[in-house]
Amino acid sequence: MNLFTFSYGIIHWLVDLVNHLWYWLGDLLPWEFGDFFDDVGRFAASDAHITVMAILVEVLIIVIIALVNVLNFIWIDRKFMGRMFDFYGPYYVGYRIGGWLQNLADGIKLFVKEIITPAKADKLGFLLGPIIFVGSSFLALSTIPLGRDFGISTNASGAGVPGSALIAFAFFAIAPFSILICGWSSNNKYTLIGGLRSAAQMMSYEIPMLLTVASVFLMAGSFNFTEIVDAQHDVWFAIPLFLGFIVFLVCLVAEVEIQPFDLPEAEAELVEGWTTEYSGMRFGLFMMTSYLRGYIGGALATALFLGGWHGPALIPDPIWFLIKAYIVFVIIEWMRWSVPRVRVDQLLNIGWKRLMPLAMLNLLIAASLKTLGWF
Amino acid sequence: MAEMWINMGPQHPMTHGLWNLRIKVDGETITDAEPEVGYLHRGIEKLCEGKTYTQIIPMTDRLCYGSSLTWSHLYCLTVEDLMGVEVPERAEYIRVAAIEMQRIASHLMWLAAYAADLGAMIGFIYTMRDREVFIDLLQALTGSRITYNYPRIGGVAHDVPPDFERDSLRACDYMEKKLVEYEDLFDGSKVFMMRNVGVGKFRKEDAMNLGVTGPPLRASGVNYDLRKDMPYSVYPELDFEACTHPDGDCYARYRVRMDEMFESCKIIRQAIQKMPKGKWRIVAPRNAPSGTGLGRVEDPRGEGMMYVVGDGTDKPYRLKIRSPIFVTVSAAKKMLVGYKVADVVAIMGGLDMCIGEADR
Repeated sequence: MNLFTFSYGIIHWLVDLVNHLWYWLGDLLPWEFGDFFDDVGRFAASDAHITVMAILVEVLIIVIIALVNVLNFIWIDRKFMGRMFDFYGPYYVGYRIGGWLQNLADGIKLFVKEIITPAKADKLGFLLGPIIFVGSSFLALSTIPLGRDFGISTNASGAGVPGSALIAFAFFAIAPFSILICGWSSNNKYTLIGGLRSAAQMMSYEIPMLLTVASVFLMAGSFNFTEIVDAQHDVWFAIPLFLGFIVFLVCLVAEVEIQPFDLPEAEAELVEGWTTEYSGMRFGLFMMTSYLRGYIGGALATALFLGGWHGPALIPDPIWFLIKAYIVFVIIEWMRWSVPRVRVDQLLNIGWKRLMPLAMLNLLIAASLKTLGWF
Repeated sequence: MAEMWINMGPQHPMTHGLWNLRIKVDGETITDAEPEVGYLHRGIEKLCEGKTYTQIIPMTDRLCYGSSLTWSHLYCLTVEDLMGVEVPERAEYIRVAAIEMQRIASHLMWLAAYAADLGAMIGFIYTMRDREVFIDLLQALTGSRITYNYPRIGGVAHDVPPDFERDSLRACDYMEKKLVEYEDLFDGSKVFMMRNVGVGKFRKEDAMNLGVTGPPLRASGVNYDLRKDMPYSVYPELDFEACTHPDGDCYARYRVRMDEMFESCKIIRQAIQKMPKGKWRIVAPRNAPSGTGLGRVEDPRGEGMMYVVGDGTDKPYRLKIRSPIFVTVSAAKKMLVGYKVADVVAIMGGLDMCIGEADR
């Protein structure tokens, strides 16, 4: 049983239940309405309808798992940072579970804060920016499978969405545009500089990142996460494509905008960068989404380079996947708290003069390995 | 994008204190800069005219939150010059040990803020943690943690506590180990070097013409340290170097301060070992004679100077304070033009701004 058949079964059972009630209701009414009731009932019980609903249930399950993981990530980040910095991290809220409830407390606090829109801001852009930022991140997330039978797929084979990796990267790359929208529409000089930095930054990391991803596609011969992970059954791509893995990790840090490369929200010189004017839960959404993007980043690195859910059979597939994603996230956090921020021109230098040739070299290695028939 | 003015301050994470830096940017490049101070003016010079000489000591502590001891020490030096009071030798050694501890604590606080400005939060936490060692020592010595109110006209308020010598020597050993760790953490970090080397170049001639003193001047290659060049207290009897660096960039300023902390450890060790037994305070006269007194010390931020005019009563007629940062901040334009917005935090952070003394 995979996630699709599971959701399909649930929806099928629900539709049967509702249809019983529906036909019973139809029998109570005069016979002229019979056709209508029959049509609706037949549509509800049709395979197409149940498939669509099942996909929605799948998305819901994946998103809920991601949100719980985001809470974990924030907690891990705080605890790990605390241990690095010689203090305990969150401690009192949820004392018995290591301060885990601190995130929920912070969320509640942000919910009761006032949401302020600056008087001279562009109202539409100011509202649309967060929606695009959060929405695109969730869309990128939804195509990543957690296990062979634990990802979104559109049929009972559980083979996943065709081209799911492409879809994930396409949605993952939308965020800088929303940052630009947020920054520009806030009508503040700091946010404007932050937004434009984000656009400049995207130029520098997006191309090397996609080149390394292309090498993975080349090795696996597929755009589908399930097939990419299956291709790593014997050896993880991080081993032959070690260079690419390093380039990918560096680009990932820039993509999720955390410390060495968090230029758009460099809090020392730009106050809070593009999020300066956002308050209340809108800011909370940004913060939550930045950790969500950390989760997506860890999941992408796991699926593309670290063998996804492959591991000793002792532990179930999704747990293996999450463990690897957590490890990648912790490595990123480690970088985040120990390295100063680079300057924007230095980031462009790193992107174009260092990462780009390395990514090209990595693509060459992948092509050679594939041509030699070793993979 | 057309050029625009950006106000960095008065409330801005870059401004440690309360001041405003207006920069004109073309894209990300700074084309003009204009520092504005005066947001924290408390009128300390005027307030001092209404207080007796002893009552002014805690006021001078409030001049700088980072390094309050050097300012009360400077005040006492100035008034001793006015009154012609000789300080017991033990008090001089205690003062030197205390202000060198204060110098280390101040430099560590600078390093913490500087690391946080550049984005390395780990530097902030570690340096603040190790600053506690010296703050605790000063607390044992004086009773307070920030504003000490310890020097007195004619000595210091009280003798050193028991085990102070042992604790100070241990603290110096600890600090020298930790400083090597910081060198690993910062000099060993490629990103830190990228952000510092060649940023905020400040020529020797500019530094001298603008009257900049302290670490920014010595980092531009001028060997000018009041402890060496116009020795006061017992500094001539101690063996230490004035730290200089020829480059004049942010890294040079960082380097000068790091070296100064090593030197301060040396000075503390010598002062503790050479400290004679005896009185630590003599009773100074209540009224000062008519005349003037002048004191100059090497503050952690530069040259601090006080000029006091007595009129025969127990209150000064006038007290003038020369603040190093008030002069140094005027060099902002020379340092900033041509660099990026992100360099503002590195350059202005490298000056170790303390607005309390600049605005007075």
